[in-house]
Amino acid sequence: MNTVISLNDINKNYYVGEITISALQKVNLKIMEGEFVSIMGASGSGKSTLMNLIGCLDVASSGEYLLDGVNVSRLKADEFADIRNKKIGFVFQNFNLLPRTSALENVELPLLYDRSGILRNNTKAAREALIKVGLGDRLDHIPNQLSGGQKQRVALARALVNNPSLILADEPTGNLDSSTSLEIMELFAKLNKQGKTILIVTHEYDIAEYTKRTVFLKDGMIQWDRKIKHSDRPNQLPVNHGKRNYE
Amino acid sequence: MNKYLKIEKAAIKSILRNKTRSLLTSLGIIIGVSSVIVMVALGQGSSKKIQTDIASMGSNLLMISPGNSIYQGISRGSGSQQSLTLDDCEMLIEGSQYLQAVSPSVNFNGQVIGGSGNWYTRIEGVNQFYPQIRNWEIAEGNFLTAKDIKAKKKVVVLGNSVAEELYPSGNAIGQKLRISNTPFTIIGILKKKGQNAMGMDQDDIILAPSTTVLSRLKGSKYGSYINSIYASAVSEDVMDEAETEITRLLMQSHKIQSENDIDFRIRTQSEILEFATSTTNTLTLLLGAIAGVSLLVGGIGIMNIMLVSVTERTKEIGIRMSVGARTRDILLQFLSESLTLSLIGGSIGILSAVLISAGLKQVTSLTPIIDPVIAITAFLFSGAVGVFFGFYPAKKAAELNPIDALHYE
Repeated sequence: MNTVISLNDINKNYYVGEITISALQKVNLKIMEGEFVSIMGASGSGKSTLMNLIGCLDVASSGEYLLDGVNVSRLKADEFADIRNKKIGFVFQNFNLLPRTSALENVELPLLYDRSGILRNNTKAAREALIKVGLGDRLDHIPNQLSGGQKQRVALARALVNNPSLILADEPTGNLDSSTSLEIMELFAKLNKQGKTILIVTHEYDIAEYTKRTVFLKDGMIQWDRKIKHSDRPNQLPVNHGKRNYE
Repeated sequence: MNKYLKIEKAAIKSILRNKTRSLLTSLGIIIGVSSVIVMVALGQGSSKKIQTDIASMGSNLLMISPGNSIYQGISRGSGSQQSLTLDDCEMLIEGSQYLQAVSPSVNFNGQVIGGSGNWYTRIEGVNQFYPQIRNWEIAEGNFLTAKDIKAKKKVVVLGNSVAEELYPSGNAIGQKLRISNTPFTIIGILKKKGQNAMGMDQDDIILAPSTTVLSRLKGSKYGSYINSIYASAVSEDVMDEAETEITRLLMQSHKIQSENDIDFRIRTQSEILEFATSTTNTLTLLLGAIAGVSLLVGGIGIMNIMLVSVTERTKEIGIRMSVGARTRDILLQFLSESLTLSLIGGSIGILSAVLISAGLKQVTSLTPIIDPVIAITAFLFSGAVGVFFGFYPAKKAAELNPIDALHYE
């Protein structure tokens, strides 16, 4: 089994005037191919920073990041762009689809910037990706004609179309109602079963429970890293707490 | 290549997505390009009109007029000297090898009586070569003959305006006409020639034998002095030689040793043409430059909208970057959008220039001449304007930080 993500002693500092804010401290993380992982934590815990680093949108202040075995710790902007294009598929909370652009064209977008596959049939690949997420009948709809769940499916298809090593989802159900959230999470689970490596950043325990492994961040450090348990929920009374008192 | 096509396709799509805004953006370019083309076309049209006007003066025309006369230290201006005679004219006809025709011109303005009333006009004494030199054809009857000239016959040929004024019902040929109490017989009517380059009616004229005019009409005090000599060179290529030859022959016959003492002046058609066209050329340049500035202003309009567009589409730029667009891709996208916008503007500008020119042709006497070189230049210039003014906004877009762009609201 290949290692998809390998973070070694990652630090990330922000400088506001003379004050240094340490967003990530000594983060070590390994994610293997085919894993289904969630990153959790409170606001300001460093989730977004970690996700930006893993997504090659940002560079760590120190430490080493291997993506698919390749060191991507210190790359130029254009090299990062190529990595994002080939190895990472993004899914965002607010879908981030191009407005007034058909679902098909939205999904084709990553292929437009793919420097390796000039001869590939973009439209065919995009159509297949949309069929995979169950939107085969909505190819020509523009985002405004789609429901939130359908928009997120288009975004997922866009993330899948380049066949990336990693799907990186940032609060993918944040703008969806609970039943649609469920559908989307089941879709993620299905894709994971098909072998996709998926990393979901979320603050919802229900979402994290779908994943096989949860990395919990607190103050820029990994607090724990395992399958989430029911008892991890805050302010959660133990199930038999009252009973015990009366025993 | 494929990739540039895709980028161009995306640019056109994005332009079509905002049709009204795109049209308004390129309006500046449309107006700029079409005004440059129309202004230059108008300038070239009027210059062409002046050229034909001047060409209608005659073929390979040389005009010889007497020089300035100085009387007691007072210069009386060009033509005031009495130095040219009918003999000079004869001498040029016989002695020259570069001239195909020479005619004297003796003129005065006077009252003529005949037909339906009387008329004040210019009477010009010429010889039988005059129509050939001045490119003037006879509409009715005949022109003066060598015999008429030699015999000092009292015959006249009427200009079209004079004929229409005095004989509105036609039948002027053979009628009598009185000029300064001398009766003349009308033997011909000239074809209409219209206004000259200065706007004077060239048809308001009566032509008579120079000999008759000198002896009967101008009075003895003029002797045999004439106002000017018109000559026609054998071809356009020997205009300079003809001019030199005339100077040499006239200096000889006037017994002049030094060029400083020359008592006549030669003007050629091309000199007059040069003067007239230099004026219109200056005007064309001026109008074209003003129109060019409007094209530049149109470019600023494009920059303005592209800057707004970059801000408005920050999120789109972020999305494109997150799926792998390089700096160069974003730069090219926005550059090609502004280039496409301005080239579309340029094309519409050329089209509207053609329409405006056609309209102007209908409503004015001018015929605008669209110069394809100017049209292509204006089109290419509009493209250059698009790239130039599109570069700053495109660079701004390309340099956005992907994280900031993605989270821009």
